[in-house]
Amino acid sequence: MAAGLALASLGGVAGHAAQPASTPTATPAPQAAAAPGGVSNIAPTTAAATPTANPSSPELAMDGAPAMTVKPMIGQPTNGLYGLQPQVTKNGQFAHWMHNSILVPTITIISLFVLALLFWVSFRYRKARNPVASKTSHNTAIEILWTLAPVVILVLIAVPSIGLLQAQFKPAPSGAVTLKAIGNQWYWTYQYPDNGGFEITANMLKEKADVAAGERPRTDADGPKLLATDNRIVLPVGVPIRLITTSNDVIHSWAVPAFWIKLDAIPGRLNETSFTIDKPGLYFGQCSELCGARHGYMPIAVEAVPPAEYAAWVRAKGGTMPTPGKASDKVIPQPGADGSAAKVEEAAETANATGPVENVTTAAPATTQGATSNPAGAGNAGQ
Amino acid sequence: MTDTALNPSAFVSHDAHDHHHDTDHKPGFFARWFMSTNHKDIGTLYLIFAIVAGIIGGSVSGLMRAELAHPGIQYLQGWASMLHGGPASLDESLHLWNVLITAHGLIMVFFMVMPAMVGGFGNWFVPIMIGAPDMAFPRMNNVSFWLLIPAFTLLLASPFFGGAGNGWTLYAPLSTYGEPGPSTDMAILALHLAGASSILGAINFITTIFNMRAPGMTLHKMPLFVWSMLVTAFLLLLALPVLAAAITMLLTDRNFGTTFFDPAGGGDPVLYQHLFWFFGHPEVYIMILPGFGIVSQIISTFSRKPVFGYLGMAYAMVAIGVVGFVVWAHHMFTTGLSVNTKMYFTAATMVIAVPTGIKIFSWIATMWGGSLTFKTPMVWSIGFIFMFTVGGVTGVVLANGGIDDYMQDTYYVVAHFHYVLSLGAVFSLFAGFYYWFPKMSGKMYNEFLGQLHFWVFFIGVNVMFFPMHFLGLQGMPRRIPDYTPQYEHWNTVASVGYMIMAAGMVVFFVNLIWSMIAGKPAGDNPWGDGATTLEWTISSPPPYHQFETLPKID
Repeated sequence: MAAGLALASLGGVAGHAAQPASTPTATPAPQAAAAPGGVSNIAPTTAAATPTANPSSPELAMDGAPAMTVKPMIGQPTNGLYGLQPQVTKNGQFAHWMHNSILVPTITIISLFVLALLFWVSFRYRKARNPVASKTSHNTAIEILWTLAPVVILVLIAVPSIGLLQAQFKPAPSGAVTLKAIGNQWYWTYQYPDNGGFEITANMLKEKADVAAGERPRTDADGPKLLATDNRIVLPVGVPIRLITTSNDVIHSWAVPAFWIKLDAIPGRLNETSFTIDKPGLYFGQCSELCGARHGYMPIAVEAVPPAEYAAWVRAKGGTMPTPGKASDKVIPQPGADGSAAKVEEAAETANATGPVENVTTAAPATTQGATSNPAGAGNAGQ
Repeated sequence: MTDTALNPSAFVSHDAHDHHHDTDHKPGFFARWFMSTNHKDIGTLYLIFAIVAGIIGGSVSGLMRAELAHPGIQYLQGWASMLHGGPASLDESLHLWNVLITAHGLIMVFFMVMPAMVGGFGNWFVPIMIGAPDMAFPRMNNVSFWLLIPAFTLLLASPFFGGAGNGWTLYAPLSTYGEPGPSTDMAILALHLAGASSILGAINFITTIFNMRAPGMTLHKMPLFVWSMLVTAFLLLLALPVLAAAITMLLTDRNFGTTFFDPAGGGDPVLYQHLFWFFGHPEVYIMILPGFGIVSQIISTFSRKPVFGYLGMAYAMVAIGVVGFVVWAHHMFTTGLSVNTKMYFTAATMVIAVPTGIKIFSWIATMWGGSLTFKTPMVWSIGFIFMFTVGGVTGVVLANGGIDDYMQDTYYVVAHFHYVLSLGAVFSLFAGFYYWFPKMSGKMYNEFLGQLHFWVFFIGVNVMFFPMHFLGLQGMPRRIPDYTPQYEHWNTVASVGYMIMAAGMVVFFVNLIWSMIAGKPAGDNPWGDGATTLEWTISSPPPYHQFETLPKID
């Protein structure tokens, strides 16, 4: 199915300009120059390559591979479903399990138990059947029981809950890829401080009927309506990501349900969390804190790719991969951003652009595979 | 310890009826309704006010469900044009959405639920239930009510000055430098006035309950509704000044150059959230505790049994009130709290489920062994118990800080708090209204229409709010006027649910008007020997001044 989608996507991409496999140049991606009037929606400060005239080939296709295509039910909502979105991080899977296997059964049983009791007393003690009411108004034993039973249930819930919190708060190891998400009214800018500090601006792609002249409308290859962005952010799979959020104006919230991540972006603060994406793919989210008129129109689109592709993308954006033995030259004013030489080996392995060879010529099928791209020694922190 | 105040033979009402001729001298229309110091008249004013506010707040939610029924912006631009008196830009239309959600929240919380529960039923029945002739400070009672009028006027006028689109929480900095113009200031001043009104009311209730109980009416004999009002009054007294402080800081940040919540001047936006939720979480118990009290009275009455575990019920409410003050940051799990803070607030929040469970099980135990009749108030109360349970258990899900990272600010939260408020607090309000309507008006409501109202409303709100759990689990954020088409299915279902609920409300108003005009005389006590509290010992409607000779409680 995914392959079919990939083919369909390819079919729609007549004249898809495959980008040269390796263009480790410091200039923006080459197709920007070839794009006639290819300006993004409103991007005021974009340092990234602007979209090409070819709508279904975002600049992300590396090595002549087809662009990552949207997969139904993964990384986005599905109409009419009633469960959680599938999770692609370890913590997300833990939380998903805790919700589906502990919380939902518990609360369902409790609710049905109360409902059954209500039905039973309504039937058994209706006036027709029980004309004389008892005068019982105490039973110490049962009162103690219904005080202690909830306590026991809550303690049983609290154990995995505390475990989940501990896992979520495990700091990212040095060598993690840092993504800084900055909220603005109403778009996100992203910085990659470990990769030369280049910046990406992500605006929502408007529908065909709404775009002004010269703007690129959304296509289905970009993602669902209101969720697709003109510039996706790219992150490596299997490598811990350190997410830092802040804001330039009011409070926003960076949220991707498939990662089980939601972190408020607050002016004057740097919030930090970490996660590791297990599967390549496209993952969508939305701003999740009321931030003014276009609060509903600042989506988040993440493309998770194997590390090698990530490295190529970084270079195409004019960024650099951290050199082994050299600390990042970007200073992140945040504890935990340890780029010191003491952690050199770990950093080298994690961010190694020449990591395990992925079958990069068929990127779309790769999204169906499991976490096969975890470079050795990448570490599990943040999971 | 005597079991409870609910033993009918325990009350001896001394000749309340005999003095009708002397005590029923009502002042003229203007003096009675505009200068009232009578707790029952003020209670009636509060109830009328709450019904008007409920119609407005409910209509706003109707606009919202209409817009959300299908993806895309359908109506907002038209409404914005009407409001602005000219074509409205897209941003103005989207801003109108934020104005609507803000108005809906503020109206329902501050101008519907609180006035109905505390001002309406509290004013009407706390003095009667404790055997007092009136509230302790009748003139202050009058001020409490009349402060609400300018407050509500300010809030309703604000959309014509641009509109406050900050959400009912008024988070800084969206509510400070994020939104210039007078309308947010108007909303803040509206909250100041409504808060002052509630603080005065709380002082009045505490004084009345502590000092004006009839001889023999010890604290441990008070009906549970009075207990619930006592706890609520303390919550109001302790929580609302914090809100007043927080929104005053908003005002000075907005207008006088302070930077309490602006990082550029050393302030902190998260500080506002701490202050707001230190008020905001007790506030949700302010909205539900009187409902607990109402439901306790009704379950006992229609089971013909005293409330099971009276002391446990009373102190469960006290416990909920106390613990409710130390759980506020579970509203802020995604703001970057530290791991230890999150663990504490997770654990503390879960603790609240214990006293709440005691209440649920005690209500069922009250029914157990009873002789149940299913009059309209009882049906609403049983509906309340189940719906509040459903809303409560999703609260346990949300209490988990790690789980909440996913649910926070999604429709799951919207579903949760509407189950405890729109299906909890509102069910108890309707239960109380049908229960006490014969006492307040002297006329019986129509039983068939009351039952029909319940079933239509029950189906409507469940069809409306249950699918919101699914939307939240699929990740749909709150407070957005437009959504990706993948969310359409359950949104359409929810909007259909709104229409069913609205039909139920039509039944309610038909019943109300019909009963006022053609209701049969209710008699002193239409509910039989299960109704044991003092209000059923006096006439329906009660004399203008009851208990000129105080009743004695054995």
